[in-house]
Amino acid sequence: MSALVKLADVSKRYADVVALQPTNLSIERGKTTVLIGPSGCGKSTLLRLIIRLIEPDSGRIDFGREPINSDSIDSLRRRIGYVIQEGGLFPHLTARANVLLMARHVGISHEEMQKRLLELCELTRFSGSLLSRYPVELSGGQRQRVSLMRALMLAPELLLLDEPLGALDPLVRASLQKDLKEIFARLSQTVLFVTHDLAEAIYFGDQVVLMNEGRVVQKGTVADLRDKPANVFVSEFINAQQGLDPI
Amino acid sequence: MNLPRQSRSGGLLAAAGLRRLGSRPSFFLGILLLFVPTSGFGSPVIIGSKKFTESYVLGEIAKRTLTNAGIPAEHRQGMGGTIILWQALRGGQIDAYPEYIGTITQEILKTDDASSLEEICASLGKLGVGMTDPLGFNNTYALVMRRSEAQQLGIRTISNLRNHPSLKIGLTHEFLDRQDGWRPLRERYALPQRNVIGIDHALGYSALANGSIDVKDAYSTDAKIGQNDLVVLKDDLQFFPKYEAVFLFRSSLRPDAIAALRRLEATLDEERMIRLNAEAERTKNYTRAANLYFEGRDGAPRLSDAAARGPYQNIGESFPHKLGRWTSRHLQLAGFSLLLSVIVGIPLGIIASRGGPVGHGILGFASIVQTIPSLALLALLVPVPFFGISARTAIAALFLYGLLPIVRNTASGLQDIPRSLRESAVALGLSPMARLWEIYLPMASRSILSGIKTSAVINIGTATLAALIGAGGLGEPILSGLNLNDHVTILQGAIPAAVLALLVQWFFDLLDRVLIPKGLRL
Repeated sequence: MSALVKLADVSKRYADVVALQPTNLSIERGKTTVLIGPSGCGKSTLLRLIIRLIEPDSGRIDFGREPINSDSIDSLRRRIGYVIQEGGLFPHLTARANVLLMARHVGISHEEMQKRLLELCELTRFSGSLLSRYPVELSGGQRQRVSLMRALMLAPELLLLDEPLGALDPLVRASLQKDLKEIFARLSQTVLFVTHDLAEAIYFGDQVVLMNEGRVVQKGTVADLRDKPANVFVSEFINAQQGLDPI
Repeated sequence: MNLPRQSRSGGLLAAAGLRRLGSRPSFFLGILLLFVPTSGFGSPVIIGSKKFTESYVLGEIAKRTLTNAGIPAEHRQGMGGTIILWQALRGGQIDAYPEYIGTITQEILKTDDASSLEEICASLGKLGVGMTDPLGFNNTYALVMRRSEAQQLGIRTISNLRNHPSLKIGLTHEFLDRQDGWRPLRERYALPQRNVIGIDHALGYSALANGSIDVKDAYSTDAKIGQNDLVVLKDDLQFFPKYEAVFLFRSSLRPDAIAALRRLEATLDEERMIRLNAEAERTKNYTRAANLYFEGRDGAPRLSDAAARGPYQNIGESFPHKLGRWTSRHLQLAGFSLLLSVIVGIPLGIIASRGGPVGHGILGFASIVQTIPSLALLALLVPVPFFGISARTAIAALFLYGLLPIVRNTASGLQDIPRSLRESAVALGLSPMARLWEIYLPMASRSILSGIKTSAVINIGTATLAALIGAGGLGEPILSGLNLNDHVTILQGAIPAAVLALLVQWFFDLLDRVLIPKGLRL
């Protein structure tokens, strides 16, 4: 089992707030790694460091054998899919144009784009008749499906999901969770999934990484976390989640 | 549409002077000619004149005199105020123009008025300018009142005003500012009146007639003094300097032309000048007024009406034609300046949207420009060599005014794009240019277009001021109407300008539907 992404001593601070302590982490190929933890624990920071929306203060991040830095990031971003909570769809573009935006830029032929679009619609269970709609004309769940299609368009090696289901109502959320899991399995997709919801982590996570106050507290399976908590925070977090959803 | 405005000097104070800058339609041609060398073989002698009746008439007389002497001459009338004419003379764009001794000493040479004619001639000579002897009349400043009120209060002299502190005084802005104007006058006579307002010269006569003011400044050869039954208060302390009319000419002017101009010396007394002014104001035809001067003079063939009409082709122009000309000119000024504002404003707005010292600097600069009164901005640009009195100045000023709404709306439109969407564009791997063109600018299009719309409407309104520097447009009838105190003429410019602003607004509303992506309008 090989790591697709490797973080070595990566840290980030904003003024006097430490967003991420020096952290080491491997994202395994073909697996879904779930980053979980309370708000402000550094899980989104970690994701944004990988896609280089922010620069790390120290350490290095490798993607495969290449280091991620400002020189390599443009080409690497095309090998990474990124989906955020609100979908991040561009409101002035139709669903189709959103999905095809990058493909057009890298010069993929029209036929190929159409073929890929149909595959993705089928994969994400998105009705092709909705492709000409604008984001505001779509429901929250439909928007996330379009956002996922956009992320998957260039068949990325890594898919980064930052609370992709956080804004959806429970029914839609449940159906999307199921579809997502199927998609990941079908594509043998390497996924890094950020959530604050333990149930979601249990559902998706091959490996769960629990974070708190800018550091990784424990990683392993959910069973590991439950049965062998590394410290009091881990057991408190697990127990609290079984009662109330912490924000 | 002529401008029978009786004022004598544009004043060197540009802002005040601008109030009298030329708005003659034929001036556009003049502007073009301004940049053509005028000293070539066989080229006509160019006579300039200031933008008021007497100057027009004198300019016309000079032209006729030269023509009668077999020297080709052109009269470029109503070019503006003192500074404009003086600079045009020094720069060789005109060869001669009528001026007043007092203005020469006070405003041009800035010496004391005790200078003798020889001293003045010597000083001017060093600047490459010659001067004729006085033409004969003295058009000095004067204070005037309604005859009935003056008699009732027993006021005959300016000193008499001391006993009537409650009188309301309305003065032209120029007179308020001049070195030989209101302040020193008040000191010399120890005048107690504190109720002093600045008012346009022509409007001042109406204000005087309806009792809004009791005293105003005027010129001793002003035709309106007789027409409005006013009296001139005697300058018993001899405060006002002599304002004898002369012609200034370039020293390099051909000698026969100088000799011709010199033949005008001591040929026009006050009474005669008032008659010529009155005739010009009555008929709105300066050529005809100038003809009066030549009547009865030896060897002065009277020009036929057709020949005399030369520069006045606009007199018989039909209203729809004039309106079309004003409007198209107006649209040219506003449109071209708007185009420049867009071309420059959007990139500046993009830079400004990134914040930092440069961004703040750009927004700050644009804001400061916006706070400069449009009249002052025009005045600041006029002395700049490249601009001067031309459509360029108007376009430059309008361009600067149009900048802020576009820069600010572009910057705020871009800044208002949610961070998550900016990051999505980055995370997708789009190049910076692609992000700008395909994501950021389309998303900010509504804000940018509304900035452009604001600029366009502002420009349509502000372009009416272009007439002040002779650049034409719908400000022309507004300015003329203001000078003539003629509301119909003002409305001829004001209504089309308002309609134009509405049409522009409407046009941009349509443009919104074309240019703003559908997804943003749902």
